[in-house]
This record gives sequence, C-alpha cells and structure tokens, in this order.
Amino acid sequence: MNFELSEEQQLLQQNARAFVKQRSPLSRARKLRDGALDRALWREMGDLGWLSLPFAEDVGGFGGNFVDVAVLLEVFGSTLVPEPYLASIVLAGTVLARAGTPDQHQRWLSAMMEGRTIVALAHDEPGHRFSPRPHSAVAVAVADGYRLRGRKEFVLGGQHADVFVISALVGGEPALFVVPCGTEGLTVRSIRTIDGQGAAMLEFDSHVPSDQRLTGGDPGDALDRGLDAAAAMTVAEGLGVCRSALELTLSHLKTREQFGVPIGSFQALQHRAVEMFVEVELVRSILALAAARADHDNPDVRHHATSSAKVQLAMSGRFVAQQAVQLHGGIGITDEHDIGLYFKRMHALTLAFGDEEHHVRRFGARPAFTDLRANS
Amino acid sequence: MDLSFSAEDNAFRHEVRAWIRESMPTDIAAKAEIDAHFDMADVMRWHKILFARGWVAPHWPKRFGGPGLTATQRFVLTEELELAGAPALSPFGLSMVGPAIMQFGTPEQQERFLPPILRGDEVWCQGYSEPGSGSDLASLRTTARIDGDDLIVDGQKTWTTYAQYADWIFCLVRTNPGAKKQAGISFLLVDMKTPGVEARPMLTIGNTPAFCDTFFANVRVPRANLIGPLDGGWTVAKALLGHERTLIAAVGPSQRMIRRIKRIATDTTDGGQALIDDPAWRSRIARLEVKLQALQMANYRALAGAALGHAPGPESSILKLRGSEIYQQTFELAFDLMGSHALAWFNEPGVIPELEQWVASGYCYNRATTIYGGSNEIQKNIIAKMLLGLPGA
Ligand SMILES: Cc1cc2nc3c(=O)[nH]c(=O)nc-3n(C[C@H](O)[C@H](O)[C@H](O)COP(=O)(O)OP(=O)(O)OC[C@H]3O[C@@H](n4cnc5c(N)ncnc54)[C@H](O)[C@@H]3O)c2cc1C
Repeated sequence: MNFELSEEQQLLQQNARAFVKQRSPLSRARKLRDGALDRALWREMGDLGWLSLPFAEDVGGFGGNFVDVAVLLEVFGSTLVPEPYLASIVLAGTVLARAGTPDQHQRWLSAMMEGRTIVALAHDEPGHRFSPRPHSAVAVAVADGYRLRGRKEFVLGGQHADVFVISALVGGEPALFVVPCGTEGLTVRSIRTIDGQGAAMLEFDSHVPSDQRLTGGDPGDALDRGLDAAAAMTVAEGLGVCRSALELTLSHLKTREQFGVPIGSFQALQHRAVEMFVEVELVRSILALAAARADHDNPDVRHHATSSAKVQLAMSGRFVAQQAVQLHGGIGITDEHDIGLYFKRMHALTLAFGDEEHHVRRFGARPAFTDLRANS
Repeated sequence: MDLSFSAEDNAFRHEVRAWIRESMPTDIAAKAEIDAHFDMADVMRWHKILFARGWVAPHWPKRFGGPGLTATQRFVLTEELELAGAPALSPFGLSMVGPAIMQFGTPEQQERFLPPILRGDEVWCQGYSEPGSGSDLASLRTTARIDGDDLIVDGQKTWTTYAQYADWIFCLVRTNPGAKKQAGISFLLVDMKTPGVEARPMLTIGNTPAFCDTFFANVRVPRANLIGPLDGGWTVAKALLGHERTLIAAVGPSQRMIRRIKRIATDTTDGGQALIDDPAWRSRIARLEVKLQALQMANYRALAGAALGHAPGPESSILKLRGSEIYQQTFELAFDLMGSHALAWFNEPGVIPELEQWVASGYCYNRATTIYGGSNEIQKNIIAKMLLGLPGA
C-alpha cells in the first residue's frame, strides 16, 4: 500500500493551492453567495486542464483519475470555491462521458471540458430519496424524436447550466437526454440553498430530437457511476471543509482569552479539539478508499467504498462543523463569521448525492454485508 | 410517589387550552400551525392578549400584578402555551429584569418599571456580554463614571438579542475600576433613546436579525436607574440567573418539535412509503422522544421540589445541559427527515412544504442554545465543582 501522492499530484495540489489563494479565497465565496458564476474563471480552470481531469484521453480528456480530482476538490473545499465542479464536471460529466457516443462527446463534452458550456444533471425527483433511477419523468417516441415530460428538483449547478442531461424512463427503462437551456417547454427556476451555491427546479414538456438521446452506453450504469463518483468526491471537498473549520477553530482557541488565559488552555476544550482532529483524520483515511474505487467497474466494490466514505463524512463532518461553531461561542452564531460558511457547506455536502441514512442502507443492503464466509 | 396531576390542575389545564384556542388571532394561529418564525410585532400582540387575561406573568407575585397561581398551575400554563406553539414572549422584561427589580429595586423603581413590562408597553433587552467578556462575564469593561446625579456610560455590549426593538436595556457596567473583578460592577437601566446609545443589528447564522452590537458613547444616565447599590451589581446579576429554572429545559418547545417531526415524517414519502412507517426513521424519532420523556420527568421532579419549597437541586442543573442539546437534536432530526429539502434556504413559498420552511434556519440558529445562558462547557464546570465536589484545576 502507498498513500503518498505522485509527483504530478503534488504539483497539482501546489498549483491548486496557489490558484485558490489568489483567485478564489474564502472572501470570494462569501461575495458570490446566491450570485452569478464568473465565466472567465471557469474558462481559466478549463485552460488549466482541470475541467477535463477525470476523463479518458479517448474522449478528449486529461486521462486522470479520481485521486487527482480528490486532490483538487480538497483544495476547493478549503476556501469554499463556489464553482459547480462537483455537480457539473464530476456528476454530469461522468454521466455524459459514460453514456454518450463519440459524436455526442464531441458535441457536448468537449465544450464542457474547455469551460465554454456548463452542464448539469437533472435527475432527482419528488417523492424518491436519492434514487439512482428516474421514476416519473418519461419520454415517449414521437416523429423525429421524443416528447420529454416531468419534474426534477434540487438540480445542483442547474441555475448556471447551459445544457441539462435529463434522466427519464423510456418504456420503463432509464434513458438520458441532452436538453439545452431555452428549449421550448423547459422552465428552470433558480432557488437559494443553505450553502449559498444555489440550485434549480426544472419542469419540462418538450420535444427532444433523436440525436439528443445519449446512446453510447448503458444509461442506468452511467447514472450509478456518476452518482458514485459525485458522492465520493463530496468527501474530498468535505475533507477540505473540515480541515479549514478545524484550523479556524484552533486559531480561535489559541487567541481568544477568557479568565485571563487562552481558552485553548482549558482541558475540556483541548480534548474536544483532539476529537475534531481525529475525525478529520478518519475522513482523510476513508477518502483514500473512496477515491481509489470511485470508478471501479464492479458496482459492489464501488458502492462499498463510496457509501462508507459518505457515511463517515456525515458523521465526522457534522461533528467537526458543530463543534467548530460551539467552540467559537457567540461569534460562531453570526452570519459575519466565516465558520458559519463552513458549517453550512458541510451540511450541503453531507446531503448531496445521498445522505447518511441512504448510504447506511445501501452499505447494509450489499450481499457481501451478510456473507459471513467472506473476509471483508 | 404520585405521578398524576390533581383534578384541579387538570381542570385548569383544560381551561387554559380552551382559552388559547379561542383567543389566539387567526394569523398567529396559522403561523403556529406550521411553526413559522414570529416577528416582534406578533410577539407583542400576543403579550397584550395574555396581559388582558392576566396570564402574561404567571411567576410574578400578586402584589406586582401576577395571577397568584400555584407552582404547578404556572407550570401547566406555560406548558400549554408552548405546546400550542404560541409566540414565546420576550424573557428580558418578564423573566429577568422584572424579578430583579422586585427583589432589589426601590418602591419608586418598582412602580416606574414593572407595570409597563407587564402591559407590554416597554420592551427590554439584556446588556451583559461584551466582545471581550462572554463566559468570563466579570471581566467586562463598559464603564460608568459618576458625574453628579448621573452616570456616564462608555463601552460596547454585544450579542444583545432584539436590542433593535428594545425601549430599555439592563446593563452590567464597571463603576469601580480599582476594585477586584466582581466587586466593581453595577446593575444599570438605560433608556435606549438616550443620546449616544446605538444598536446595530447583525444577522445570525440562521439568516435572522436576532441580535445586535450595542454601543455606548458618553451616555448620561440618572443615578436613580441603578438597581441595588453602587458596585453591588454582581449580586443582582447572579440572582437573576436563578429565576424560573424549570423553564430552561425547553421541554415544551422540544415536544412541539417532536410533533413537527412526526408531521414531516408522515407527509414525506420515499417511493410511496411515508417515512414514519419506515422502521429506521421511526426508531430515530422514538429514541429522541424517549430522551425528551426522561428530561420531562427531570423537569417534573424539579417542579415538585419547588412546589414543596425546596431550593433548586441537582436535577435542575442538568436541565439546561440536556434540554439545550435535545432541542438541537430535534432540529437536526427534522433537518435529516427533509432530505434534499433541507438544502432550500429562504425561497419564495412553494419550493418546499410550509411546515419545513423554518427548519434549516432554526437548525443553524439553535446551535446557540448550547452557547448562551452559560455555555454547556461552563455548566459542566459548575456541576463538576458544585455538585460532584471535584477539586478545581
Ligand atoms: C444567539 C445568542 C443570543 C445572545 N443573547 C444575549 C443577550 O441578549 N445579552 C447578552 O448579554 N448576551 C447574549 N448572548 C451572549 C452569550 O451569553 C455568550 O455568547 C456566552 O456567554 C458565551 O460567551 P462568548 O460568546 O464570549 O464565548 P466564549 O466565552 O469566548 O467561549 C468560547 C468557547 O469557550 C468555552 N469556554 C469558555 N470558558 C471556558 C472554561 N472555563 N472551560 C471550558 N470551556 C470554556 C465556551 O463554552 C465556548 O465553547 C447571546 C449569545 C447568543 C449566541
């Protein structure tokens, strides 16, 4: 086993750190709450090769893996970079790459990787919690295409999207359609979210030409892989969030004085900080498993890794976020103090792509869970 | 041992319940139904309705306008109001400075300040904490210097809840910089309209304007506004913290939240099944309700002790600790039940169900319950020292 980053990964980490320090420090996340996206910065990320990082060379990607992406997202998490990397590149990008034909990659994936268009996956439906399948959105074949009808909710990155990948049932089986913003019959309503990053609610009753149905791969498999990759990568971003929350808290414990001494000298608070630190280390450790297996071809192996990481993030990340606020005292309850930004982003991350309850169940429902002959 | 309420107490409970049903204005009742956020105007309107019925200050003695209820009736009244989801009245006048003025004020002060508190004509806020003095309150630095018949106040208070709506603030100020920490502090009432007082509202983590920075620059206050002797404010402040300890457990609000949790779990379906019918979710709700039941019994024990005239014992010291945590856990469970809906933040109506509208904000804001009123870490220090007799560090 080897947990060290490669030389390229270390370089990526250094570049990413320098980039966020200069171009997207925490103050930017605060300024852009509920706001518009900075397209120039997104394109710059494209020029740096970051938007093509997880995609194979044969689809025009950089040929990296999810360990690389995890390196990048941990850094993004540390200053709450508001760009929709998780939702657009990791989730929608994985689905598009897996389910599209070479022509379709050419048409949509290339522009996405260059940062020219923003793609979002519209998948979650009312009444189904974190299901990997579409349920009530349907597409029916009509002359020269499909009639696509349904509703999608909490589409992350959806308020910035130029293009949606929409999941729907065709004859009871999952299918995927590419629907550009502005398509007749598609309404996109922006909503505010707890972390200030926003989302969209979609309603559609639209005609979609046949060549906008993704036909290069199994759509159900593509969705499952996309959701796993996104779930695994929330843990990477979550690690960055926890680490920064811990750092802010430690510096508060060292500088805030009450009773004539720094509050960090109280043993009760030292022990609490130690618990936080230990939880951060556990997140870092489980991330290694999730990042290595986020694109594993065997779904059982993939589910085991991503669900365990997502559950651990929910437990550890919340603990760290809650205690970070607690140890700040009154100032932690203000909107003005940065610790609240980390607190809220952590809660959004633990919810996105499956909450704790969902992943606990999925972990326990794997056949291997009850197979007492297996070693692991 | 007898765990039942007397027939009279039960009759009183029914009377209260019926009165609430008849007297709550329909718009307030509609907000209560979905546990929406009450603004200050709602709170004061409800205050005046309770005042008209004589129930606004159940714990005030009769001679100051209280209703003369027994300890158990007071408790029943409060519990019913909480269970009905009625607006929580501002505690600063009714439960804090009011009782302090009764105990330490002169007859003139009692006459001047108590009736407007009761009627709801004057709203109060609490000026204890400062940027540099929170848990270590006695280190406070806002000064009041004697100038003839007046005191001149300079300094800054912070986290002053609802100071932007207050007519008056009760403050702890340093009147004797030479004396040791607690010894040089006085308890002073300041009219918020006095020149030099400025309250600047701040947003909370729950995106609500619930507290302020309050500044004092050369503020002239009559010496007659001192409660208790000059430099004797610490005694007043300490006594004030001991009032109505059985309410700090927040049992009623938590019960109200359990009800909201069950409603959300009933209305929320996953693949056609309501979450309340799912064993895993149901057991999480049940677990929390059991914790709350134990807390409620601890609260009843404290209440029964108080009814017999016992000084508050160890059971009341655990109420703040666990009560604040359980209240937070109710919000956390509601937040979890909502799934993706918990992401939604201050949108126009219709994005998520009305009943869920305030959960995420409340979850964030109520991280404060373990910080204010003596943080839970400070509570544990007190319990370790005072109740367990453990040696100091
Ligand atoms: C929502 C809200 C409303 C408030 N409203 C008012 C109001 O109306 N009027 C008013 O005067 N004040 C108000 N307060 C202030 C409140 O009383 C203080 O926040 C509280 O006393 C804690 O002080 P602090 O914020 O300075 O935190 P600090 O005292 O700096 O504490 C920071 C952390 O250190 C811990 N700590 C401190 N000392 C010790 C110790 N000896 N051992 C172990 N741990 C320790 C604390 O528990 C906390 O976790 C309000 C606070 C909040 C959050």
